Order: sequence, then structure tokens, then C-alpha cells
Amino acid sequence: MEALYLLIPLSLILVAFALWIFFGASDSGQFDDLDGPALRVLQDDDR
Amino acid sequence: MDTSANYNYKIVRQFAIATVVWGVIGMAAGVWIAAQLAWPALNFDIPWLSYGRLRPLHTNAVIFAFGICGLFATSYYVVQRTCQVRLFSDRLAAFTFWGWQAVLVAAAITLPMGLTRGKEYAELEWPITILIAVVWVAYAVVFFGTIVKRRVQHIYVANWFFGAYIIAVAVLHIVNGMSMPATLTKSYSMYAGVQDAMIQWWYGHNAVGFILTAGYLGMVYYFIPKQAERPVYSYRLSIVHFWALIFTYMWAGPHHLHYTALPDWTQSLGMVFSLILLAPSWGGMINGIMTLSGAWHKLRSDPILKFMIVSLSFYGMATFEGPMMSIKTINSLSHYTDWGIAHVHGGALGWVGFITMGSLYYLIPRLAGKKQMESVALIETHFWLGTIGIVLYIAAMWIAGVMQGLMWRAVNPDGTLTYTFVESVKATYPYYVIRFGGGLMYLSGMATMAWNTWLTMRGTHAIDAPIPLPQPQRAPGGGIPAPEHA
Repeated sequence: MEALYLLIPLSLILVAFALWIFFGASDSGQFDDLDGPALRVLQDDDR
Repeated sequence: MDTSANYNYKIVRQFAIATVVWGVIGMAAGVWIAAQLAWPALNFDIPWLSYGRLRPLHTNAVIFAFGICGLFATSYYVVQRTCQVRLFSDRLAAFTFWGWQAVLVAAAITLPMGLTRGKEYAELEWPITILIAVVWVAYAVVFFGTIVKRRVQHIYVANWFFGAYIIAVAVLHIVNGMSMPATLTKSYSMYAGVQDAMIQWWYGHNAVGFILTAGYLGMVYYFIPKQAERPVYSYRLSIVHFWALIFTYMWAGPHHLHYTALPDWTQSLGMVFSLILLAPSWGGMINGIMTLSGAWHKLRSDPILKFMIVSLSFYGMATFEGPMMSIKTINSLSHYTDWGIAHVHGGALGWVGFITMGSLYYLIPRLAGKKQMESVALIETHFWLGTIGIVLYIAAMWIAGVMQGLMWRAVNPDGTLTYTFVESVKATYPYYVIRFGGGLMYLSGMATMAWNTWLTMRGTHAIDAPIPLPQPQRAPGGGIPAPEHA
């Protein structure tokens, strides 16, 4: 099943990348305020 | 004029119009091939009109033309407005528009000519796939560049979904597109046999997961709150189910290959992850639908909200049906039958189509400097035409699919097959006719959207909306706001 020699390492790289992005975002405060952002989009007046 | 003080609405406008136009074309192609299955004489013995060539024209037109132009339009709009900054590069954005239209026109020409790589949703031959890759890199630069230069520190959740879709498509397209060109119009896949099948369906199902799911959830998380004037039900859930979704989707591909030469353990892996996928998918559905808490009454009078909420209902249905069909025992009946078609079209017409239409009905008036579409009554008509069309379509295909599965496996007491294949084809005929009718209704709904869009946008020019002045950013948990700047 040679395709797995490509797909499994590729998936592991993608998982590592996703983890890196997630922890980077978390550490820089992206997930500190989980109420404000939902309300802020509504305050944006696009009429 | 200082353009950096305004959003780039021109590109959104271009893609929005393209979405509507390609929608009519792609759905018309679908109606045509549905008619051909009931009445094969409709290929008129002309190679360019044969079913085998027109089917990928239909799938490419609805996914890559209608679908992705819709994602371009909405992602470019949402990323600008939520980051409160103009797109990273107007010129690159313009390149993505014209480059993508070139891809689509090339598809419309080469597919009826019979030029195909023979891979589902990856039929386009190698020169076009290179163009796709180039346009996609430009798209990623524009989108992520805009996020990098954002003026709002928090990256709104919709942008995570759009970002994941953009990155995933780049990876999927490049890996599944690897081929050896033999001539200008013919190439051979770098992979072969069951290896190619695995790569193809890793690609195919991730296309569903990252384009047709993640991308459109980006629309859900922006346009539903905006239209309902209610915040996302649970922002926390939106983040949790995003990460769960993108982790799990990568492993579901083998469920397209049950009972084939693919190793048993790989099939089982795909089945298990497909079942797990039900949870994060329904997390998204629940989050979107419950956003209407306190605003359910709006559904009575607002057809745009009808489109949006019904789209999530179909999303929930498809993401329950899909895992069920991924179970090997069930798949042994459903594979290769019209049940698969029913499943795809519930998801495509119900989920993808409706959320795109709802989002565009929100977006298009704003691009024309108006408060709403020219005819709200026509939106309501579109909704009902579409919904009834979908129900006719999928009910007919469900019945046909289960019937086909049962007929193919029926054996006589002496072990011989009860039915010939052609008997199952003949028995399917009435359901092909009903499906054609349902698809025709859905197309006519799309035609009303095209008409309504024209009425709304004619005579108007692209007006770039001004970017709001910086708001004082309050620290989480309260605090004294910074002085407002003039």
C-alpha cells in the first residue's frame, strides 16, 4: 500500500502544522475573549 | 482617492456575479444530463454532448465555478470586514478573478472535448491544473496577507474556516494533481491502481471536507449572525468544532473504497473516522441553528434566513447520512447506486447551494449600495422552488438507490442472480424522470436569483465601502477604554 508512504507522513506534517498554528494562536491571546468577537461582527455597520 | 481607506468591493462584486452566472450554467448542465439518463437520445449522437463528457462539465461547473466563486466572493468580503482592512493586494486579487475565470472557461472547453484525467473532481488536464495552482497561491497570499495586516487583533472564527479551506485545497490539489504529461492535452497520474484510488479519494473526500464543508461554514459563521442580528450561539463551540473537524476529515477518504482492493484495515479506519466526524459536523449545525435563539420569529418573514437555516438542516442530514453510508454493511448496499447521488445532492443543493444563495442575497444589495434585493418576494419564491426541487430529487434517488442495491444482490434459491443489470436500469426510469423534474425546479429557482440579481445591480457601480475608524479596544474582562482617535 505504497500510497501510505506519502499520505501518512504528509498527514503527520499537516497535524504538526495545525498544532503549531493552534498553540501559536492560543499563546498570543486569540482565544482569550470568546464573547467579544461574536458581538463585534454585529456592531460592524455594513448597510 | 485614498483607496486604503475603503474596502475592495469591486472584486467581491465580480465574484458574486460570476457565482450567479456559473450557478445557472452548472445547474443547467445538471438538468441536461439528468434528462439524458431518462432519455438518452438527448446526446444527439454528438460526442461533445455525450453524458460521459457532460457529467464532469456539470460537476466542475457547480463545484469549481459556482461553488468556489461563491467562496472567493464571501471570503474576500468577510476577511476585509472582520479585519477592518482593505485586501492585501488589489492586483493579486484581480489576478485571482481573471485567472480563475480562465480555469473555468478552459474546463468548459476541454471537458466536452473529452480531455480528462479521469479522476473525479480532478478531471482537468495538466496545463489547467498548473494554472489552478498558480491562482491558488495568489489567493492564499491575498487572504493571509490581509489577515497579517489586520487592524482587529482577534481573527474572527469565519476566517479560520476560510483559511483552512484555502490551505487544504492547495495541498490536495498538488498531491492529487501529480502527473506525467505525455502531450499538451494528455497526462498520466503519478500513481497507479489502488494506490491512485487511495490518493484520489483522500483528495475527493477532503475536497468535500475542506471546500464543501469548512469553506461554507465560514459563510455560516459570518452571514447567519449578520442576517439574524444575533451573535454566534457559542463562540467557544465554533472554535472547538473547527479543530475537531479539520483533524478528523483527513482520515475519512477510504469510505469511498469499501469492498475494493484497498486493504481492509484502511477501509475500517475510514469508516471509524467517518463515524467520529458526525460529532464535529453536528456541532457546527447546532451552533448555526441555535444562533437564531431569540429570533426564531424572523424565519416567518425573512426568506434569506429560511435559506440559511434550511441549509444547516440539510447539512445536518447529509452529515448523518454520510457516516451511516460509511458503515461497511450499509455501504455494501449503497455503493455504486443512486443513493450516493441522493446523498451528494442533498448536501450540494441543500447545504452548499442554499447557504451560498442566502449569503449572496445578503451580500449583493450591499455591493450595489442598496438595503435589500430588488424583490424580496422573489427570494421567497426561489426558496420554495429550491426546497421542493431538492425534496423531489433526493426522495427519487433514495428510492432508486435502495431499489438498485436490493435488485443487484437478490439471488434465487439456486444461487443465480434474480435480476439482470438492465432490469435495474429499466426499473429506475421513473425515478430519473422525477429527479429531472426536481432538478428543473431547482434550476428555475436559480434563474429567479439571476433575474433578481440583475434587477438589483443594473445601473449601479461598484462602490467601495469606507473602512470604519479605529474603535477603542477594551481589554478582556473590562477596563477603561483608550481615548477615541479622530
